[in-house]
Formats: sequence, structure tokens, C-alpha cells
Amino acid sequence: MPNREPGSPGAVKDLPAEGVQRFDAELFPILRRYPEDRKASAMLPALRIGEHVFGYLSPPVMALAADRLGVSPARAQEVATFYVMFNTKPVGRHVVEICTNVSCCLTGADRIFRALKQKLGVENGGTTADGLITLREVECLGSCGTAPAMLVDEEMIEQLTLQKVEKILGSLG
Amino acid sequence: MSETLILTPRWGTKDSHTLASYRRDGGYAALAKALAMAPSAIVDEVKASNLRGRGGAGFACGLKWTFLPKDVRPRYLTVNADESEPGTFKDRYIIEYDPHMLLEGIAIACYANDIHTAYIYIRGEFKRQAEILEVAIAEEYQAGILGPRLLGKLDFALDVHVHRGAGAYICGEESALLESLEGKKGYPRLKPPFPAVIGLYGKPTIINNVETIANVPWIVQHGGAAFAALGVGKSGGTRLFCVSGHVNRPGVYEKPVHYNLKRLIMEDCGGVLGGRQVKAVIPGGSSAPVLTGDEIDVSMEFDALKAVGTMAGSGGVIVMDDSTCMVRALSRISKFYADESCGQCTPCREGTPWMEGLLERIEHGLGVPGDVDKLAQMANNIGGQTICALGDAAAMPVQSFVKKFRAEFERHVTERRCPFGDHAWGKNQETREAVIGGVTAQV
Ligand SMILES: Cc1cc2nc3c(=O)[nH]c(=O)nc-3n(C[C@H](O)[C@H](O)[C@H](O)COP(=O)(O)O)c2cc1C
Ligand code: FES
Repeated sequence: MPNREPGSPGAVKDLPAEGVQRFDAELFPILRRYPEDRKASAMLPALRIGEHVFGYLSPPVMALAADRLGVSPARAQEVATFYVMFNTKPVGRHVVEICTNVSCCLTGADRIFRALKQKLGVENGGTTADGLITLREVECLGSCGTAPAMLVDEEMIEQLTLQKVEKILGSLG
Repeated sequence: MSETLILTPRWGTKDSHTLASYRRDGGYAALAKALAMAPSAIVDEVKASNLRGRGGAGFACGLKWTFLPKDVRPRYLTVNADESEPGTFKDRYIIEYDPHMLLEGIAIACYANDIHTAYIYIRGEFKRQAEILEVAIAEEYQAGILGPRLLGKLDFALDVHVHRGAGAYICGEESALLESLEGKKGYPRLKPPFPAVIGLYGKPTIINNVETIANVPWIVQHGGAAFAALGVGKSGGTRLFCVSGHVNRPGVYEKPVHYNLKRLIMEDCGGVLGGRQVKAVIPGGSSAPVLTGDEIDVSMEFDALKAVGTMAGSGGVIVMDDSTCMVRALSRISKFYADESCGQCTPCREGTPWMEGLLERIEHGLGVPGDVDKLAQMANNIGGQTICALGDAAAMPVQSFVKKFRAEFERHVTERRCPFGDHAWGKNQETREAVIGGVTAQV
């Protein structure tokens, strides 16, 4: 693992300075959770913060995270693409993730997901033409007792029916 | 006889997640007691309790703790709150309803094992639960429970941190979890060495499931023997069973570890919706081999379920009624393992999508004679051939579904269609009210 000093030239040149400041302000307190020489442990928090601040994990955002943690940009990219919650491509204003694993399908998730695809006119992973909603099928969310379940912008919503889902999507602006 | 509840008695009571309410109900008495004991005496109580890991493998908790090498420091505790095994939804409620019980368990485990830093690795999708933990931890620092002097008394520093994952089932596997905590992708490590010897940052590390650790305060307070007495044989205590699928009252039920599976489904959960028959039950999360409706009159204790060819796993009981298509169900399970294979080992990386594809083909009436045998053969070539147990977890459902419902698979091939048509997921697919630790779920 290459050990680099943060602040290497070029790491932040493609990003707005205000965003970089916010990124640093959120990241630095979290670094204290890990041993001094293990800053790379904060890779998942760093990428999460990067995505919140800049919208998605573009190569410069990944490079920024890598820079602050003293690892190579390739390492940040490897991690960003491994975990499904990270978006390395732009997504819609809202991300709707519906679980289609067994317990959810036994209580209707398959039907709901199919109806949603049709209603929104997208395939799995697609974004509506107006850029409002990205729809995604995901694996078990740990809400199988209160199935079906989905995440809307990372908030868990349970005991879904098609009507309930349509109402929630209708309220997204 | 009134049932003893260890984990759920406070669920649903007002403000149960706050430190004030935990203290009012006697919280932190166990830690105070522990701090007056020799650390080794605590480990002995946990050993005597027959507490077995609730994360999936059922490994004896006290024994695991004794694997730490005597003279290497620092040591770490990582608490596994990844809870990603399909059908499992219990750790989240411990965190939602009683986070301080978990934190007290962590404090005792750390004191007993001379550990000064603990990480709770929580799956990324549990954002709210991670926030609840952060608040609970902050409360404890403020109250002087965590920090430089444990419980404000002892000259023993303890820091507890939350580390949120980002969506990867494999990171529930203990060595992948450590890689992820080190800021890498979740590739499981070759074992041995086991994490107790070489774990986080190359240091001795204990990894336990949330539920496992949450039992520790009760064990310290009531003694290991009392915990052991609640169970049977080499398994002590109660367990959180998560029941989902086609039952009338799905939810989380705290029962003795050896509780009867049929009784849980038919009595506690009120049987199957619309009075239909139970066709299949997955007793321990989606990795566990399936049981037919005729096979469920069994104890759910680890060794008892092993004896009937399946496993207690994570306590996730998935119930399917007689209108459910077994090919559809298995094909979705196989898709899960194909999606979640980390890609490190060839048999799993290549084999899981093959199985998924073949199952899709059969389900859609495009299977050809010989496909069912081919499927079983593929599963046999993955099981036991990989670094971590995900390969086995992918193989076991395939092997068991094919063995127990073979005729149904063959019928898909000969009829060139799914005989269940539009309702392969069953005739009663609507959501239903859930009972979480005795309380109706509020969603
Ligand atoms: C693919 C895979 C996924 C796993 N997922 C989890 C999980 O989500 N939560 C958990 O506690 N254990 C999980 N485990 C088990 C852990 O590897 C480990 O055995 C457990 O956390 C140890 O804690 P325990 O002894 O208290 O059960 C998983 C194992 C495998 C192979
Ligand atoms: S199967 Fe959907 S939340 Fe578990």
C-alpha cells in the first residue's frame, strides 16, 4: 500500500473549493476513530461524504478521498465500485431501492417492482427522463418481517403496498 | 411457566433506547458487577453459559474469547451488525429498542478481554440504526461510562466507534468485515490465521454478532449456569427467531434456543395465511438448506437442526405456503449469491451466475432434459472449494431444493412452463402486521 502525504498537487483541482472544504470538515473528525497510521480505514465514510457533498463519485471525488487518506486513487476507485451503495455515475434526484429478495417477494415485492418499472418507464437501474427518480432492485434490507421494504434516499420504508409506494413516489419533488 | 426474556423485555416500552430509561430498568448493574470481578472469571461465566454465536456459525462464544494470544496488544473487538443474510432482521431491533444493552455487553466483553477499542460494523442500509447507535454512544461518553474511565470508576479506557458499511453481503463474513473496516473492498482472508490471532490491523480481534454480545450483561448478572439452563445440551439461552413469508404474524420472537420450529410457525405466528399448508421452510437464513412442511417438527437448536441436514444459522425462518413455486424461490436465492459473490474465488465467481442463469431458464420453461442434474452438479462443484463460506451458502440451497422438490423442477422442464403461472410467489402476497418482540411493528 503506497503511503502518500495528503494535499498532493492536482488532487483537488477539478472540484469546487467550497465543496472540498465541506468534505474536509466532515471527514476530519471521523479520522479520529481510527489509529493514526490507519487513516485508510475511513475510506467508506470518506466516499460517503464525497457522494453527499458532490452528488456522485466522479474520478476527482475519488481522488480527493484517496488523497486525504494517503492512498492511491486506484484504491479509492476499487472500493467505490465494490460496494453497491456508492454511485460512480450520476443518479436521479431521488434513489428508490426496492428489495426483491425472497421474503419481500412472498409479500408482493415482485409485483410492486414490475408495476413501478412500467409506471416510471425505466428498467432496473434506470433514471426517469426528467432526472427525478433512479429505480433499483436491491437485496435483502433486513426488514423481512415487515416486508416488502424499500429505501428512498436511504430511508427505510416498510410494509409496502403498490398504493403506498405510488403515494410516496408522487410526493417526491 | 412464564418465559424468561433476556433480549426483548424492554422492547416497545417508552424511550427504551435512551440511557435514562436503561438505567431506570437496572442497566449497568451488570457492568458494575463485572468490574468487581476478575476478567478471567467473566470469561469463565460466558464459557459456562453455553452462549453460541448468533451470527450464523453458532461457535461457542466463551471458547472464542480464549483464543486471543496472551501477550499481544492492542486487541480489538468488532461487533458484527452487518445483518445481511436474507430472512434475518433481529440485530436492528436490538439497536433500535435497546442500544445500551448492546453497549453494556460491549463494555463487559472489552473489560473481560483487556480490549480498549471496539468497532460496531453496521450495514450501510441501516442508516437510522447507525444514528441511534451514535446517539447512544454519545450519551455514554457524556455520562462518563465510556471514555478514559470505564463506568466512571475503573482506570480502564474504552472507546466504541460505529463504522457504517456500504452495501455488500460479503462484509458480514468476519474476515471480509475486517478488510472493509481497514478501508478496502471486502475480500475474505484465508484462514488460518483466525482473527482472534491476526485480525484488525494484524492484531488479535474478537468478532461477535450483535445478539451474541447483547446476551453478555444478563449472563454476568444471573450467572452462566442460569443461561445454560434456559437451553439444552451445548446451547444456552434464548434466541431471537425472525419469521417472515407466508405466516399470519411474521416478526421477531424470543424463545429458548431449542424451541420447536413447527410450534413457532403454527402457534406463535398463527400458521399460514388463509389456512394454507406449509410447503417449505428455510430455518436459518437463506443459506440454510430448506425443509419440507413435513420436516418442521424439530428443535431449532444448532445441533438439532444440523442433525436433520440443515442449520440454525442466523435465526431467519422463511415460510412458504403450498402455492409457492420452489423453482422461482430458488432462482431468486441463487441470484442473491451471484450478485453478492465477491469475485475472489473462481468456483464461486463463475459458478453462482451459472446456477442463477440455469434456474432462470428452468423457471421460464426453457430448460432441457438434464438441466436439473447439471444444476445439482454445479452446486457440488462450488461447495467446499472457496476461501469463505459464501460458496457453501450458495450451494446448499440449490442442493437441498433440488433434492426435496425434484419433481417440481422436472415438471418445469417437461411442461416447458412454470406450473404456477402468474403467482409463483404464492396466492397470498400481501404485506401483513408483524410482531416484534411482543409488540406490533410500527412502520
Ligand atoms: C457470507 C457470510 C455472511 C455473513 N454475514 C453475517 C452477518 O451479516 N452478521 C453476522 O453476525 N455474521 C455473519 N456471518 C458470520 C460471521 O462470519 C461470523 O461467524 C460471526 O460474525 C461471528 O459472530 P458470532 O460468533 O457471535 O456469531 C457471515 C458469514 C458468511 C460466510
Ligand atoms: S427479503 Fe426484503 S427485506 Fe429481507
